[in-house]
Amino acid sequence: MSFEVLWRYMPSLLGGFGVTVLCWSLGAALGLVLGFAIALLNRLRFAPLRWLLQACVEIIRGTPFLMQLFLLYAGGPFIGLRLSATTAGVVGLGLYSSAYFAEIFRGGFNAVPVGLVEAAISVGMKPFDILWRVMFPLALVAAIPAIVNMLIVLSKETVVLSIITVPELMYQMQTMAAETFTAFDSIFAMAIFYWLLVEAVSRVGRWLELRVTAFMTEKARTA
Amino acid sequence: MHPQVILQSFGYLTQAAGVTISVSLAGIALGFVLGACVCMARLSGNAALKRIGAVYVSFFRGVPLLVLLLFIYYFLAEFGIEVPALAAAVGGLGLSSGAYQAEILRGALNAVPRGQGEAATALGYKRADIWRRILLPQALRLSVPPFINEYILLLKASSLVSVVGIAELTRVSMNIASSTYRPLEAYVGGGLFYLAINLCFAALGNVAERRLGIGRAA
Repeated sequence: MSFEVLWRYMPSLLGGFGVTVLCWSLGAALGLVLGFAIALLNRLRFAPLRWLLQACVEIIRGTPFLMQLFLLYAGGPFIGLRLSATTAGVVGLGLYSSAYFAEIFRGGFNAVPVGLVEAAISVGMKPFDILWRVMFPLALVAAIPAIVNMLIVLSKETVVLSIITVPELMYQMQTMAAETFTAFDSIFAMAIFYWLLVEAVSRVGRWLELRVTAFMTEKARTA
Repeated sequence: MHPQVILQSFGYLTQAAGVTISVSLAGIALGFVLGACVCMARLSGNAALKRIGAVYVSFFRGVPLLVLLLFIYYFLAEFGIEVPALAAAVGGLGLSSGAYQAEILRGALNAVPRGQGEAATALGYKRADIWRRILLPQALRLSVPPFINEYILLLKASSLVSVVGIAELTRVSMNIASSTYRPLEAYVGGGLFYLAINLCFAALGNVAERRLGIGRAA
C-alpha cells in the first residue's frame, strides 16, 4: 500500500469522482423529467399512445443497461446520432431510469385516493390545479421511498459507463491500476469513494423522505 | 438498418443466449444458497452471526456488480489467486444476488404471523417441523414474486460478465458488431434475445403465482 501513488493520482481520481457525480445527477434529472412526462401521458385517455409508451417502458426494463449503452454509443452514429462517450452515458442513464421512474410515478398517482380527486372536481378546481395541487403532492409523497431507492441503484449503475470509456471514477481507477500496478490501492480508494457516494445519497434520501412525509408521521404521533 | 445481419448471426446469438441463461441460473442457485445461509445467520439468536449477516448484506448490496467482478477476476490475480473467468462470473453474480435473496427470504419469513410459530410451539411441534411444515411453505410462497423480480434483474446484470470474457449475449453482440461493422443491428438483435428471455421468466412467474394461489383472496 503506497499512499504516494494514491496522492499522485488524486487529481485524476477526484476528477473521475466529479464525472461520476455529474453523470449520475444529470442522468437522474433527465430520467425523473422523462419518467414524469411518461406517467402524465399515460394518464391521457388515448389508448394507442399508452400502448406505445408501455411498450417502450417494457423494452427498456427488459434489456440490460450495458446493451442500451452500446446501442446508443456504437449504434447511434448509424442513425445520425453522434454522441460523445459522456453525453451518451448521461442520455443512456436518463433513458434507462426514465422507464423505472415512470412506473414509480404511475404507482404514486394510483395511490392518490379517488375521493380526493372527486372532491376537487366537485369544488370546481380546474384540471391543471387538480393535477398540480392535489394529485402531484400526494403522488410524490407516496413515491418518494421508491424514488430514493432508484437513485441509489442508479448511482451504482454509473460504474457501467466506464465500459464505454466515460472518464468516471471506475475508469480513472483502472487507468491508475494499469499504469502503476497498484491493484490494492486502487480497490481501496474505489471502495472509499463509492461508499462515500452511496452513503451520501442514502442520507440525503432518508432526510428527504422524512421531510416530505413529516405531515404523516406528525399525524401518527398525535393520533 | 439491415435486419439480415440479425438473421445471419441468429445461430451465434442463440448459443450466446444459452450461455447467458446458464450463467444466470448458476448465479441464481449460488445466490439462493448464500442467501439462505445469510438469512439464517440474520435470524439466529447469535449476535456475532447476526452482525456478519448484516455486514454481508450491506456490503454486497453496496458494491456495484462490475466492481465485484473486476475485483474477483483481475485484482485477486495480483495477489496470486487466479480465478477462472466462468467461476468469477458465477461467483460475482451469486455473491451479489445472495445479499438480495437473503433480504427477500427475511422479509417473507417476517411476514408470516408470529402467532403461528408460537401456536405450533404451544402444540408441541418440534423446531424442525415448525420450519418445514409451517414457516417455510408460507414464506416461500410469499417470496415468489420478489424472487422472480430479482431473477429478471440478475439476468440483465449478467450482461456485465462480458467484461471478464465470457461469450454470453452481450459479448457475442459486441463481436458481431465489430465483425460486421453493424453495431445497431447487432445490439438490437442481442436486446431482443434478452427481452424474450425476460418475458419467458415473467410468464413462468405468473404461472407459479397462479398455481400457488398468490394474489387470490385469502
